[in-house]
Amino acid sequence: MSTTKPWGLLAQYENPAAVFHACETVRDAGYQSWDACTPFPVHGLDKAMGLKSSKLPWAVLAVGVTGSSLALFFQSWAMGNAYPFIVGGKPLFSLPAFVPIWYELTVLSSCVTAFLANWIINGLPQPYHPAFASKAFERVTDDKFFIMIESSDPKFDLEATRALLKKTGATLVEELQP
Amino acid sequence: MSDHAIEKPQDVHLPATSLWAKLPVIGGVAAVAGLGFTLASAHGEHKARALFSYLFAYETVLAIALGALGFVLIDHLVRAAWSTVLRRIAETIAVTLPLFALLWIPIGTLGFHELFPWTHEADVVLDKKRWFLSNPFFFGRAAIYFAVWSFLGWKIHSTSVKMDTAPEGERKALVHSLWTLAAPGIALYALSQSFQAIDWLMSLQPHWYSTMFGVYYFAASILSFFAFITLVAMGLNKAGVLKTAITTEHFHDLGKYVYGFTVFWAYIAFSQYMLIWYANIPEETVFFMTRSQGGWEYISRALPVLHFAVPFLFLLSRHMKRNRLALGVACTWTLVMHCVDMYWLVLPNAAGHGHASHLEVTATDVAALVGMAGAFLAVFGFFLKKHPVVGINEPRLAESLAHENY
Repeated sequence: MSTTKPWGLLAQYENPAAVFHACETVRDAGYQSWDACTPFPVHGLDKAMGLKSSKLPWAVLAVGVTGSSLALFFQSWAMGNAYPFIVGGKPLFSLPAFVPIWYELTVLSSCVTAFLANWIINGLPQPYHPAFASKAFERVTDDKFFIMIESSDPKFDLEATRALLKKTGATLVEELQP
Repeated sequence: MSDHAIEKPQDVHLPATSLWAKLPVIGGVAAVAGLGFTLASAHGEHKARALFSYLFAYETVLAIALGALGFVLIDHLVRAAWSTVLRRIAETIAVTLPLFALLWIPIGTLGFHELFPWTHEADVVLDKKRWFLSNPFFFGRAAIYFAVWSFLGWKIHSTSVKMDTAPEGERKALVHSLWTLAAPGIALYALSQSFQAIDWLMSLQPHWYSTMFGVYYFAASILSFFAFITLVAMGLNKAGVLKTAITTEHFHDLGKYVYGFTVFWAYIAFSQYMLIWYANIPEETVFFMTRSQGGWEYISRALPVLHFAVPFLFLLSRHMKRNRLALGVACTWTLVMHCVDMYWLVLPNAAGHGHASHLEVTATDVAALVGMAGAFLAVFGFFLKKHPVVGINEPRLAESLAHENY
């Protein structure tokens, strides 16, 4: 066996209730660098993990407002100043005609930001993760529930953390190598 | 995720001392006073004006009841679980629909010639539309709408009530019968609510037409319904009913609906406006012409701001939708703006006979609205009191009680 420090510990649970309570215990023990993986969304798990509310809405709002303003500004500038052109006998600055583009660019900039910011916040794309080496972890997409605590966490202590995970009812605790 | 077993709510009856239990009486008094005053004013030179007040109030309140029917039908169609705890309230709103057949009588009799210019005017355009806008067809259609709404409203409510006492083995069959009813029901609902908007609102200006008008009314209808049911749920909670059953999660979802349909209303309203504005064809622009003079221009400009921009920005944040006070304010605001929207649809046509219509809120407008809301609330309150305010044996009630948003 290698003597290098493991990447972290992986604990397996049999059902959503077990992983839910285990998360509460790990949260209350004060761990920061850890995560839970489940085959399907478990209601309230974010609270059990003590996750703070996402910053995503702020990113979407900021870029959405920017995209919205740019759309309105560009149309006014293009139709009114850069290339004044009368269409259908309407005034050069015709707000109703700008609204569809205004609306679409607001939605587009917001959606693209939500998508990209989601990837960035979640650290995607991630072609490899230490948990992929675990045979047990393959069932995360099927019927098993997992918690992994990283060794980079200041509270991490191989034996103490292992004992904690065992105490929460983990049916399997594995070391993950980097 | 909840780890404890969820118990069925016990606080499902209106307390006898609460204002809710007195609603049939209070509503009844308001109905008699308000509608009595309006119809008593409908003679002499004020006859047409009072009847336009009546039609405005009728369409404003009908929108809420029709919205409830649409919501319940969609719920059954998609087998919604989260809303089960609220469904009985919506069903009780929809079961008031037969009342609207009764309330329609003054429109079809006293107001028929006063309200609808096509009944006595003739020109080349109206002659082409005569096959549709003719007395027998018009009354026949009205009869079909009321038959459809009354049947659907009554059938869904009575089946749901039957489930309260049905033995466990029969409940599933009752729910399935509603699922089966909902599929043809939603088609009948969509057609009837669109055509009533065409008949009773669009034909006030018979030369004008808009293919989006039915959807416009639907948007107003479902939006006002969601605002109304949210306020009802809050009021019931205040009176100590369903205190733990209706949670912040349900209010959050109702808030999403109010928010979403605010956007939908604006989307439809603007789509209708932009096509007419761009094409600039006189028979289409007449709708906005009558609403850009005589004081109506202020409402025309205020609607996009007050009925869309303000609630849009106000309810944008998740925290606002989950805050009862904020959501209550938004829903009250939405209902007020719904009244303004319906007023703006109906009242500009009040002149029509040679003289220009101008914006002037009269006593009959207020009286008609109070009376119509009173009549609706009286029937709503009566059925709300009569049965548990939640379908206690609904198969998916537990799922709804445990509902959580991600």
